Amino acid sequence: MYAIETTNLTKKYKTLVAVDNLNLQVEKGKIFGLLGPNGAGKSTILSMLCTIINPTSGSAIVNGYDIIKDSAKVRQSIGIVFQSISVDDRLTARENLRFHSMLYDVPSGIMEGRIQEVLRLVELEDRADSLVRTFSGGMIRRLEMARGLIHHPEILFLDEPTIGLDPQTREHIWDYIKTLAEKEKLTIIMTTHYMDEADLLCDDIAIIDHGVIKVRDTPEKLKSFLVGDNILVTTNLPDKLATGLSGQDFIIEMKVSQNSLNLNVRQGSRNAPQIINIARDLHIAVDSINIDEPTLHDVFLHHTGKNIREEENDNFISMYKRARRGR
Amino acid sequence: MRRELRGIYSIWLREIIKFYRERIHFASAMTTPLLWLIIFGGGMGINLRTGVISSGYSAYIFPGIVGMTLLFTSMRSGISVIWDREFGFLKEILVSPISRTSIVIGKALGGATSALTQGIMLLLLSFIVHIYISPLNFIKIIPIMLFISLGFDVFGLFIASIIDSFEGFQTIMSFIIMPTFFLSGALFPLTNAPGWLQTLSLLNPLTYGVDAIRGIILNEGRFSLSYDLLIVIGFASFMLIITSWLFNVKK
Ligand SMILES: Nc1ncnc2c1ncn2[C@@H]1O[C@H](COP(=O)(O)OP(=O)(O)OP(=O)(O)O)[C@@H](O)[C@H]1O
Ligand SMILES: [Mg+2]
Repeated sequence: MYAIETTNLTKKYKTLVAVDNLNLQVEKGKIFGLLGPNGAGKSTILSMLCTIINPTSGSAIVNGYDIIKDSAKVRQSIGIVFQSISVDDRLTARENLRFHSMLYDVPSGIMEGRIQEVLRLVELEDRADSLVRTFSGGMIRRLEMARGLIHHPEILFLDEPTIGLDPQTREHIWDYIKTLAEKEKLTIIMTTHYMDEADLLCDDIAIIDHGVIKVRDTPEKLKSFLVGDNILVTTNLPDKLATGLSGQDFIIEMKVSQNSLNLNVRQGSRNAPQIINIARDLHIAVDSINIDEPTLHDVFLHHTGKNIREEENDNFISMYKRARRGR
Repeated sequence: MRRELRGIYSIWLREIIKFYRERIHFASAMTTPLLWLIIFGGGMGINLRTGVISSGYSAYIFPGIVGMTLLFTSMRSGISVIWDREFGFLKEILVSPISRTSIVIGKALGGATSALTQGIMLLLLSFIVHIYISPLNFIKIIPIMLFISLGFDVFGLFIASIIDSFEGFQTIMSFIIMPTFFLSGALFPLTNAPGWLQTLSLLNPLTYGVDAIRGIILNEGRFSLSYDLLIVIGFASFMLIITSWLFNVKK
């Protein structure tokens, strides 16, 4: 049985199709990542799986329960960390956790123990009785993760878990996520737009744009298969070189320009000498050769045709601060 | 069922914790009714000679000011839903396994508790306008105040769930609260008012709440206590039904 299985899951907002006939299966015990640019539909997918919004059509099974018919059971069996802050900053950390435990009917006899357990897990024991408004963004994130775990869910949804946090805090949170996946045997479904995050944490990644999955694979395969290194060879006989290189299995793509040849090549640095050898055998003079190692960013660009995002607009902390100022 | 009750309790408890932390606001909220009683009641009473009011004017408006306090506090507590939405906490509540009806009840009980506390404080201060309330009457008034508060609490929640913005809520509130207050017979009897005002007054649930309290304290009720109660409880139940329905319709 899958942790999640969707059939033609669709969400429309008037004419806008936010999620388009999504068919997705996620195995239990995996960390699954949804990667996509702004407005790709990631949060909308999570909202449907968490039964916050109803799909326009199609359906999904979460933990064996139908998201429409059995929404209460789905809710009881999942934990969620939303993209934007969702703790009450006028309560203490412990009060937030108590509130959650009672809503999820954690037996009162073991409630305080559970609270202590999750606080220890995210190392917030010493701040448990401070008001959340005195917390940093990273601490709030950790508290939210702790909260999502109190009722021992089988699936934890993390919507952009480290958005807007500083690099050190992000690494800290990655450690928690990894620990959770190993120790608690959780299935984790996360969205992110950080390539390094997806690469490091996820067993499986789906790149999504305009509500459609463009590609899905392990991070390793995504990197090695889908995009090679870019090599730019400057020569006055690019056509001839292209002909000579065709058929080489390390070549993924070639584009001939006026005085140069753009190559997309698997393992560029290792195969560059090979390219030069072939050119020499064909008596083609190579003026220069330039190897550009791809980042995961390029993987993304390749599949969605756009950069992943302008960071500053939806920075988690600045959003929070803005909201708090208004209070 | 038990877990729904626990859910209601936890939502109520959260409101109470926050209410307690902000008790300064509570103290300042108490000054408004006192100003009405002392300044408006005292000042107006001297200039007012009317056959319809047999007790002193300050005493006459006392039940009305109790009703006003319940109305103001209850309706405003709907704003907590807007805050919760603004700060994202509403998502935490809505995604929990608790039913939407329990969420509405929990929130309404939270708001009603603070309204009721203010109402009781005010009753304890009734000596200011030379009213004596017997312990038995005191106890009778409490459930009436509770139902008045619950009704307007859920009404506030109803408006908060259709109005998304903070400003919008405030605007709608000022359009509703003042007419409800003035047309409830809180400050003056509407028996001599033009017909259309009388009709509006009869459609106003607060009219019956104030009338019930006035009947108990001053023995000057227009309607029978059971009729008043029926309408006040009916209003609260009706609001509860449509508001939980509204909360259940997912967006
Ligand atoms: N309530 C709504 N009403 C109308 N359109 C909506 C609503 N919620 C989301 N959308 C639209 O649906 C699309 C997908 O939004 P969604 O929030 O799922 O994107 P996302 O992938 O999570 O983006 P981000 O990376 O910015 O969080 C967007 O075009 C958004 O404008
Ligand atoms: Mg999102």
